Amino acid sequence: MIAIDIAIIWAFIIAFAVFVYVVMDGFDLGLGILFPLFPAKADRDVIMNSVAPVWDGNETWLVLGGGGLMAAFPLAYAVLMPALYTPMIAMLIGLIFRGVAFEFRWRTTQRTRNRWDIAFAGGAWLATLAQGIALGAILQGIHVEGRHYAGGWWDWLTPFSILTGLALVIGYALLGATWLVLKTEGELRDKAYGLSWSLLFAMLGSIGAVSIATPFLHIQYAQRWFAWPNIILTAPVPAAVAGVTILLLRSLARKQDSQPFFLSLALFALSYAGLGISMYPFIVPQSITIWQAASPANSQIFMLVGVSVLIPLILGYTAWAYWVFRGKVRAGSGYH
Amino acid sequence: MFEGWDAVALARAQFAFTMSFHIVFPAFTIGLASYLAVLEALWLWSGREVFINLFNYWLKIFAVVFGMGVVSGIVMSYQFGTNWSAFSDKAGPVIGPLMAYEVLTAFFLEAGFLGVMLFGLERVGHKLHFFATLMVAIGTLISAFWILAANSWMQTPAGYALNADGQFVAADWLKVIFNPSFPFRLVHMVLAAYLTTALVVGAVGAFHLLRNQNLAGPRVMFSMAMWMATLVAPIQIVAGDQHGLNTLEHQPVKIMALEGHFDSHKDGAPLILFGLPSESAGKVEYAVEIPKLGSLILKHSLDAPLAGLDTVPRKDWPPVPITFWSFRIMVGMGFLMLGLGLFSLLMRWRGKLYEQRLLHMFAVAMGPAGFIAVLAGWITTETGRQPFTVYGLLRTAESASPLAAAAVGSSLLAFVIVYFAVFATGVIYILRLMAQPPHPGEQGPSHDLPARAAGITPAAGAVATEGAGR
Repeated sequence: MIAIDIAIIWAFIIAFAVFVYVVMDGFDLGLGILFPLFPAKADRDVIMNSVAPVWDGNETWLVLGGGGLMAAFPLAYAVLMPALYTPMIAMLIGLIFRGVAFEFRWRTTQRTRNRWDIAFAGGAWLATLAQGIALGAILQGIHVEGRHYAGGWWDWLTPFSILTGLALVIGYALLGATWLVLKTEGELRDKAYGLSWSLLFAMLGSIGAVSIATPFLHIQYAQRWFAWPNIILTAPVPAAVAGVTILLLRSLARKQDSQPFFLSLALFALSYAGLGISMYPFIVPQSITIWQAASPANSQIFMLVGVSVLIPLILGYTAWAYWVFRGKVRAGSGYH
Repeated sequence: MFEGWDAVALARAQFAFTMSFHIVFPAFTIGLASYLAVLEALWLWSGREVFINLFNYWLKIFAVVFGMGVVSGIVMSYQFGTNWSAFSDKAGPVIGPLMAYEVLTAFFLEAGFLGVMLFGLERVGHKLHFFATLMVAIGTLISAFWILAANSWMQTPAGYALNADGQFVAADWLKVIFNPSFPFRLVHMVLAAYLTTALVVGAVGAFHLLRNQNLAGPRVMFSMAMWMATLVAPIQIVAGDQHGLNTLEHQPVKIMALEGHFDSHKDGAPLILFGLPSESAGKVEYAVEIPKLGSLILKHSLDAPLAGLDTVPRKDWPPVPITFWSFRIMVGMGFLMLGLGLFSLLMRWRGKLYEQRLLHMFAVAMGPAGFIAVLAGWITTETGRQPFTVYGLLRTAESASPLAAAAVGSSLLAFVIVYFAVFATGVIYILRLMAQPPHPGEQGPSHDLPARAAGITPAAGAVATEGAGR
């Protein structure tokens, strides 16, 4: 059995922060990815307004993921960041363009507004690709010597990391499309429904491709998933993916606006759980375990005190902010 | 393209560049968030329309500045890992939790309530909206608390031990947080943020008063800003002096560098006003100095001995000319702010606060003075900490990531291009907003576009009616 210790608790907290980031900024970035498909200014205004009050809070989970990793697993942070140097810089630059576009596109004159629409979409594409590539680069393994990254500057770039990069673009786009189904109405929503169908099939294809490719990266991944008796514990994951997919297809067919978004989140959660199963107990796959990377216990305990009070509080007022801006966003009555 | 370059020097340049851009935004938003809270409180308390007009006017500017602060801040939080991974590994157990607490107690608070503050006045009602504004303002101050605790620990480390892996670990968290330089740095920086904002608000008010002395909005904001400058500039000079004495106690070498004291003085050190510090010659060339005044300021005694850089091994010197000059720029700005405050007080006393054009021109010219002082002050304290990241314990050269110069150089180049393109545009948008005076019936960020002002939701209408009934 797994001994529950503080390093494990922190691994779950960091995993939770990253997951919350992925789903919350995932649909923000997804909207940016889909932006080129909605050329009409009125549609774009609605799309922007649907996340304008919450995007900043969504992005804060990324800072918690990074800051928390440095605090709780400094060795992992110190190894992963140089290993993922180029994707990380690309992600940061993408997020800069995406983030400032929220305000800048309202501040510029109509003539040049398009420039910030391009920044919004381009930034979202760049940041998402970089995040997906980083994920693939982590999964395929990182060359570590002593307490340092010891690989080359292009190690992150492989066919597998490109695959995960594209897969994440598709995944975020699905979240974005189903978010629009939830938050908009009329033609915009109908278009989002159409996109959700294609993106769902693309997402299932991506999950399949990454799932097939992963066991070939390392024998440990294959053993983790397929060796007896692990398979009893791992088999429910693909079964649940199939179940959620059926529900998602049904909600799209019946046009139940409020469901596709949350079912897409469930699909993300299952894929994420699959990643966790593959990686455990490593934080840098095949080289550094959770316990090797962990901060001294007194650092982790010091933060745990705060986290146990503050995370519920944060989730509470974040939920309130979403509640304030609940409901469909209408053209011309946006709160921006 | 970057062959022959020093990767550590490039990493330092990258940190200095991205940090210098970033600090400008929070320095402004810390003060502006508090100012917005004061404006909204005055509006709720007095019901005077001018306060809500000013609130909405500055809220639009706040939204743009805050957005730039967020995106440039994320870069900082990842740069510790990308460019300073050895530092992150060694100091992460101490610095990391302080930054994690900043995220948990400050960033989420600001971000969580920002949406309501910017767009929610008509959705949640006046009292809840004021609460949201207060949370954003408090969030910016909590953020300053934690990040300055982290920075101060790097300057004056305390409450730590070293473990077997060579990592710093906390022995006493209270001593880590409330390390010797922290209270001084926190007070000095928060006052600096308030002064910076006051000078910007004052400059915008003065700019519009120069065109029309009868506008209510510019009159109110100018008066408020000048009170702030009058009251806070002298307090800041005292706080800065106390911070300096604290630095003398804990980081004497930094004081030697910023004073240009290459030589030790047994019976009273001079105050060097200006000159050209030369590290190779080991002296300040063409120095203009006042005998004994250095000892009087630093030791409060004319004849007190003061050690110089000649007592410190050459390899432990910070870069003297930068530290020396940036310190003088900061102090110079501080005294100009004091001058503006006193000038405005005199004009206020004579009843000419809104008429004296020379005062208004002075205030406009001083608009960027806060930013210049903040940047100069940070350059002083950060270069003065060199050649260490954790003062006296961990050298900068031992803190960097194992990166090739090409990688660091390319990312630096990318950041330079992106920052100048993006943030310069942002500054233009802000100046454009400032060039318009606040109007009666000023709209917040939510309805500033004519095309969208038409649609007001039923809920919003109900709130507006309730508000009007008060």
